[in-house]
Amino acid sequence: MLQAHDIGWSAGGRRIVDGVTLDILPGETFGVVGPNGSGKSSLLRLLSGLLPCAEGHVSLDGQRLTHLSRRDIAQRIAFVEQMADTSEALSVRDAVELGRTPWLSALKPFGADDTAIVSEALAAVEMTRMQDRRWATLSGGERQRVHIARALAQRPQLLMLDEPTNHLDIHHQLTLLRLISRLPVTVVMALHDLNQAMACDRLGVMDAGRLVACGPPGEVLTPERLAAVFRVHATSLRDPADNALLFRFHCLEDC
Amino acid sequence: MIAPAFRVLRPVSGWSVAGALILAAALLAGVSLGETPFGFVMVLKVLANNLWGAGYSVDPIDAGILWSYRLPRTLVAAACGAGLALSGVVLQALVRNALADPYLLGVSAGAGTGAVAVTVMGLGAGMIGMSAGAFAGAALSFALVVLLARAAGGGSAQLVLAGIAGSQLFNALTSFLITKSANAEQARGIMYWLLGNLSGVRWPDVTLAVPAAGGGLVICLCLVRAMDAFAFGTSSAASLGIAVRRVQIALIGATTLMTAAMVSLVGSIGFVGLVIPHAMRFLVGPRHGRLVPASALAGAVFLIGADITSRVLIPGQVVPIGVVTALVGAPGFALILIRNRRRV
Ligand SMILES: Nc1ncnc2c1ncn2[C@@H]1O[C@H](COP(=O)(O)OP(=O)(O)OP(=O)(O)O)[C@@H](O)[C@H]1O
Ligand SMILES: [Mg+2]
Repeated sequence: MLQAHDIGWSAGGRRIVDGVTLDILPGETFGVVGPNGSGKSSLLRLLSGLLPCAEGHVSLDGQRLTHLSRRDIAQRIAFVEQMADTSEALSVRDAVELGRTPWLSALKPFGADDTAIVSEALAAVEMTRMQDRRWATLSGGERQRVHIARALAQRPQLLMLDEPTNHLDIHHQLTLLRLISRLPVTVVMALHDLNQAMACDRLGVMDAGRLVACGPPGEVLTPERLAAVFRVHATSLRDPADNALLFRFHCLEDC
Repeated sequence: MIAPAFRVLRPVSGWSVAGALILAAALLAGVSLGETPFGFVMVLKVLANNLWGAGYSVDPIDAGILWSYRLPRTLVAAACGAGLALSGVVLQALVRNALADPYLLGVSAGAGTGAVAVTVMGLGAGMIGMSAGAFAGAALSFALVVLLARAAGGGSAQLVLAGIAGSQLFNALTSFLITKSANAEQARGIMYWLLGNLSGVRWPDVTLAVPAAGGGLVICLCLVRAMDAFAFGTSSAASLGIAVRRVQIALIGATTLMTAAMVSLVGSIGFVGLVIPHAMRFLVGPRHGRLVPASALAGAVFLIGADITSRVLIPGQVVPIGVVTALVGAPGFALILIRNRRRV
């Protein structure tokens, strides 16, 4: 559904994203992992067309992103940034209503169907009770959930999430991941928790701007790669309840 | 086709009727109040005589004052107030800084320099030349301020700081131009005009001010949703489907045009662009669908009120309107700051 052909982007005289080729399949959940500063956020921004590719190109359903209007892209791709804040006294509901922007026009004003979509998105992240709260009064995790509701209200085919579980308590991390896995949409998300990443259909590992591995989580997150890219020593355990594989991490220095 | 159009208009129409009534009342007050107050009946008679030749008998001198001085002056005051308030709303949305307004970002100062340059150097002719000069000056100063802010790191605090530097530079340039090229008579006139002055306003000025404000209002109303989408920053706006560059150019162009037109007509009037949008956010909330029309209306009413005050405050003398807006605006702004703080 989304293809990147040898894309690259530089800033400050450094290659931030370097020759990444990637094919996101319809319906899959694709995780992007990598250490801080490895270029995960930049890659997501390139894939969603928010940053223009300096090299290579990205196509969505066979059309190059550069040939599509922002509105066309926004009707298909929703993006939740790592940190987006506002000083406006918007209410939670106002913020989620922004998600309908790409679908509205002078002849199609905000209507009852939009209200229903917004209410549904609020319910999906359990923010219905707080819908009249001001943005400034929300906690970090509540803000993150509102951003996700805004992206859901956009009704995209592809959801891009930059560290969506950031700031969330464990209950909301798990509900969010479950929600995402049940949505009938393609998801591309950057993650830091490698155990959560194991639940993705496929993983891409970023290291210093390059995509150094791409494939099913079990094949990609080998002990050697965890040591080389993430500089940790990992031991794996089996959960007796469902026999799922879990990682436990140690500093390389301690091994 | 008709049903959706009706859906757009229905919620809007009630408010726009109310808005039109408020504006009409303010205009009527602006025309009748002053050093020599006129009764409402007299005002209506003069309007009827001039608009469709009703032929009521009225004192020709009073009728002349009313039709040729008071009415154009009040109309220009309304247009300026609306234009400046809209400019404030737009800049605050784009820059995402509550302090942004044409005065603080140096746009007004640049427009002033442009208008003065045209006047003292005798470039161009009359009102059009002055407005063109003001537009060039406003665009130049805004471009400089944006470039400086970019070079300083590009944050919105940097933009405000760059705006302050820009204002100082262009105000100094204006003073320099006046001292160098204007004679004493001209200099006094220009200084008075720079403080904001509606005394010289005649009908031709109306034909510049009203279309400028009206055009600006239409552009803003078309882009209310885009301005909402800027709440979480430009890249968030882009991910919501806003063509960021195009919207920025349209909005900044509209703001610069409105500010330039207003400054070339009445000098630089501070505080309207800052105080009115904040007061309106407090009343109607931060969504631009309501904020834009409310600010335009409140700006118009506020400046008509300020003009009336400037005429009646000291008998026999007209206080510059910029002085009145600042006298009301500064305490008003302080009040808003304090109340906002308590709410958060
Ligand atoms: N506009 C920019 N100018 C200069 N350097 C930049 C710019 N944007 C990003 N970088 C650099 O590019 C690198 C990758 O940034 P990016 O935000 O993509 O990392 P990330 O993998 O998302 O990291 P994190 O895990 O901390 O979110 C970082 O070293 C960052 O400093
Ligand atoms: Mg990141």
